[in-house]
Amino acid sequence: MSVRVELPAHLRTLARVGGEVTVDVSGTVTLGAVLDALERTYPVLRGTIRDHVTHKRRPFVRFFACEEDLSHEPPDLTLPDAIAAGREPFLVVGALAGG
Amino acid sequence: MSGVRLLVGTRKGAFVLTADGKREHWSVEGPHFGGWELYHLKGSPADPNRLYASQGTSWFGQLIQRSNDGGKTWEAVDNKFLYDGVAGTHQWYDGTPHPWEFKRVWHLEPSHADPDAVYAGVEDAAMFRTTDGGRSWHELPGLRNHGTGSKWQPGAGGLCLHTILIDPSNAQRIFIAISAAGAFRTDDGGTTWKPINQGLRSDHIPDKTAEVGHCVHRIALHRSRPNTLFMQKHWDVMRSDDGGESWREVSGNLPTDFGFPIDVHAHEPETIYVVPIKSDSEHYPPDGKLRVYRSRTGGDEWEPLTKGLPQSDCYVNVLRDAMSVDALDRCGVYFGTTGGQVYASADAGDTWEPIAEHLPAVLSVEAQTLP
Repeated sequence: MSVRVELPAHLRTLARVGGEVTVDVSGTVTLGAVLDALERTYPVLRGTIRDHVTHKRRPFVRFFACEEDLSHEPPDLTLPDAIAAGREPFLVVGALAGG
Repeated sequence: MSGVRLLVGTRKGAFVLTADGKREHWSVEGPHFGGWELYHLKGSPADPNRLYASQGTSWFGQLIQRSNDGGKTWEAVDNKFLYDGVAGTHQWYDGTPHPWEFKRVWHLEPSHADPDAVYAGVEDAAMFRTTDGGRSWHELPGLRNHGTGSKWQPGAGGLCLHTILIDPSNAQRIFIAISAAGAFRTDDGGTTWKPINQGLRSDHIPDKTAEVGHCVHRIALHRSRPNTLFMQKHWDVMRSDDGGESWREVSGNLPTDFGFPIDVHAHEPETIYVVPIKSDSEHYPPDGKLRVYRSRTGGDEWEPLTKGLPQSDCYVNVLRDAMSVDALDRCGVYFGTTGGQVYASADAGDTWEPIAEHLPAVLSVEAQTLP
């Protein structure tokens, strides 16, 4: 499956991509599988979205899909069909914070 | 003609300032990594075009960037800093045990001989090393595990290893400093460590002369006298002439002995510089006057350096890694402020001029003397 992923500006700069990216996910399109594919395609993003070892989401990063906040969902959550089919992007968002 | 390159880390990016050997006209390039905190950048003494930078934000964590062309282009290298083995605990603010957690890299210290070898001082305090140009990092666990690590406690700025000094005459001997644990030394390249805090006195800890617990802000040495160390502690300016085995206070006639940076003249090992700050809760210069103080006697006797620095209504701070010297003759001295100014002196501190005035808050300044 080709999954569309929208990254925050700083991570787009880091990954040297201009806009939305597409990553290939084999098997069930879960939250964890999309992040695995993202880090496999863009290794420089490892550690910036989730912890290197525990894979725990960084506190100021959020995951949205189809107008739902999936930030607190487990990695084996199956993402909506619209994400798996590429009709909607999976959003990685830098949380609102001052500074 | 020789020149100077300043690597300036700020709250919102990195800037590279360059000038020829006269140091009269400066160009400012940047921001690199705009929007990110750049705690520290430093060049390799063995290859001045090899630079390393500590880049991070609260959002996306820690990155390390490397440049092979003096800062024109950069590539992200490994950012995985994993404590060796079971991380264990240090003390939390309330005295309870708290697990060691990696937060950021405060300081990068390249080897004097090998451009691919770099030490990193991190929060929570530990020492890491790369020997492959940043492609992998490994902890030197002997520091945290030498015996006092479980007693270390963070200062207000966190439990940070912020200073790394490699003895220029013996790469096996390294001095480091941690807030708020103190100074430590290894004589075997980082395998074993010992606290070197005898003579320090700190009123903010129960045992004022304890083996560890002192909030050391910065230490510095001159390459010709690696056994002589100068220290800006939370309060007190100190000196050691025996490699840190013992310290004595040299605050002398300073208007206040609180401050963050301390540095040594490139050619005069007894000439040192500090920036007195009013107090631990008032992080600005006394009387609104930004003054560098210079001692030509290795401490005790100090003179204010004011020409070209604001002498009224100035309430900025100068952070611990935000002062540096070049190796030209006369020695250039540089510092950056939390107000975004970078000041330069091309005459060892006699006169100053702002060479950048509206940067984000400056976290670090490193001077490179270019051939």
